[in-house]
Amino acid sequence: MMKLAKKDILGIADMSVDEINLILETAESFLEISMRDIKKVPTLRGKSIINLFYEASTRTRTSFEIAGKRLSADTINISASTSSTVKGETLIDTARNLEAMNPDIIVLRHSAAGAPHMLASLVKQSIINAGDGAHEHPSQALLDMMTIREKKGKIAGLKVALVGDILHSRVARSNIYGLSKMGAEVVVAGPATMLPRDIEKMGVAAFTKIEDAIADADVVMMLRIQLERQKQNIFPSLREYAQHYCLTRKNIKLARPDAIVMHPGPMNRGVEISPDIADDPGISVILDQVNNGVAVRMALLYLLSGGNE
Amino acid sequence: MNLLLKGARVIDPASKIDSIEDVLVEDGKIADCGPSVKAPPDITVLDLTGLIITPGLIDMHVHLREPGLEYKETIASGCQAAVAGGFTSIACMPNTSPVNDNRSITEFIRRKAAEANLANVYPVGAISMHSEGKQLTEFWDLKEAGIVALSDDGNPVMDAALMRRALEYACSLDLPVIQHCEDKNLSTGGLMNEGYWATVLGLPGIPAIAEDVMVARDILMAEYTKTRVHIAHVSTAGAVRLIRDAKKRGINVTGETAPHYFTLTDESLQNYDTHYKVSPPLRGEADVAAIKEGLADGTLDAIACDHAPHGRTDKEVEFEYAANGISGLETSLGLSLNLVHEGVLTWPQLIAAMSCHPARILNLSKGSLACGADADITVIDPELPWTIDTKAFHSRGKNSPFSGRLVKGRAVLTIVGGKIQYDGRKQR
Repeated sequence: MMKLAKKDILGIADMSVDEINLILETAESFLEISMRDIKKVPTLRGKSIINLFYEASTRTRTSFEIAGKRLSADTINISASTSSTVKGETLIDTARNLEAMNPDIIVLRHSAAGAPHMLASLVKQSIINAGDGAHEHPSQALLDMMTIREKKGKIAGLKVALVGDILHSRVARSNIYGLSKMGAEVVVAGPATMLPRDIEKMGVAAFTKIEDAIADADVVMMLRIQLERQKQNIFPSLREYAQHYCLTRKNIKLARPDAIVMHPGPMNRGVEISPDIADDPGISVILDQVNNGVAVRMALLYLLSGGNE
Repeated sequence: MNLLLKGARVIDPASKIDSIEDVLVEDGKIADCGPSVKAPPDITVLDLTGLIITPGLIDMHVHLREPGLEYKETIASGCQAAVAGGFTSIACMPNTSPVNDNRSITEFIRRKAAEANLANVYPVGAISMHSEGKQLTEFWDLKEAGIVALSDDGNPVMDAALMRRALEYACSLDLPVIQHCEDKNLSTGGLMNEGYWATVLGLPGIPAIAEDVMVARDILMAEYTKTRVHIAHVSTAGAVRLIRDAKKRGINVTGETAPHYFTLTDESLQNYDTHYKVSPPLRGEADVAAIKEGLADGTLDAIACDHAPHGRTDKEVEFEYAANGISGLETSLGLSLNLVHEGVLTWPQLIAAMSCHPARILNLSKGSLACGADADITVIDPELPWTIDTKAFHSRGKNSPFSGRLVKGRAVLTIVGGKIQYDGRKQR
């Protein structure tokens, strides 16, 4: 097994196919730990991991915390609010203070794109980007790739449709990088107001109708619509959005018969995804994503701590 | 001090001179200029063979931060930066704290500039009280106090009716109105140019049309009211095209751009380096090409660096929270000379954009080496290679993305009113 020659996990954009494969394989080998009665191995005993979250998060933070604990690391959660840091302590000072307490890894979630990159250039600890603004969310894309590989046996050659607010989605960007690198065909769809300018230059086809994107897709990934975007007139109403962009029993027929449906959560049932699709174990792999998320984060923590040294 | 400057190539676009000449400076004025000026007795003679003499450079768009934000820059430190960069005159924008929206602030700035006694400082007054875009300032009073132009720079005048009144009222006083063209409704929340790189970086975009629609509006406004308007820091191909077309139609519009808009693109932002964060934002390659074309064909009249000094704390934060701007006075000439090296501009064109054109826009009796003119002179070593080093800046603002960049040519002597205020010849 090769070693991950990286100090930080900042995004999928700067990750190689070999590195992605290494992380996915490591994660697959960790899956079994979570199935045990005693869900703990001593691998990272004595290591400390700080989860520094400047944005509310239940799923990702819990997932990183459980991942650390299953590897016997000490995990510390810090919930900070960006508003107080604008006026008070800067991110740099917070980071320097944490650095002085000698943790091994800092997991950062921040509303400002690029914040983990700034942190990584300033502190000696490994930084894992747990989502920065609308930029990247690498652990999410990795768990998505792991899930696709688990369900489809491969990634290369598949058609993956991402549907929703691509403009504001870090999940979309990380998945576009990752899935393209792994050989999938990625298409995106959403109202024109949710498609970022020049998205085609990232190597994806973009559509304004969900039907065009999910036609013959092997994987359909629905993104969460954030209600507060309505105020910016990105879309007129949830009602209209749901009428035209919700994944339903009807439009899913356009996808391949064996297509799987994914969602990074949290879901707006009845807005971007109809409940009977979300809850159909024959199509929906949403909870598998969550399960794989713990394994992927265990793999990241393990590999950044030196892996099989 | 009287001086005889011998042997340099004199480029004075205002007088259409470009030849080897001697320049005699007496009592703060240009006393003589010609192929061979005889040295009067007891005069300091400077042999400037191989160098270029130009009218003192003028930067019409500078932020000096005093009063209120002295940790970023003071009037004195800004003037030191100006003369070190080859500028004999600068116009300072009103977005200090408090805003220069009344006579007492203007008088304060002029007093501080006189105390610094380095460069000529021309205050620009605010168009509206606190630059809030609601109520006009007292243009008449401000003019009497010494402002040379009006601008709410940093804040565009969004209210079209207010802009119309400002243009009309200012025109009767022959005060130019300088507009920071940005439609706030289109740019709100934006952090960089909208386009591929903003999409990749996940940063909210500021579309080029945010600038273009405002330029178009203000051109129409100037046409209708038969006044004139000056467009600050032009950054888009669309704005260049609008200004070019307006000039062809005889509308009284002028424009300036800054060195970063013809030197850098939004691709520079890919590491989230806040030193590249400016307002308006760095644009794409087509815009850079259009800016150069606009300078070459005279659509853009002036180069002004939008000197925006900041403290470390303003830039060493998340990209989203970082302040906009580049400390530019000490790099402006070096970067602009690249246009001459590239063959985009001739020497006289470049010097005009940095001297007589801004003087004309601001109604200053500057920017010329004609006999009797104020002896504001910049001496440039055109071939001197040097590496930009922010640590060596005289400005308090060390914020520059150009740190470490190799450029060719710099001011080696800056003479203001006949007095040598900067002498960098030892660095040759």
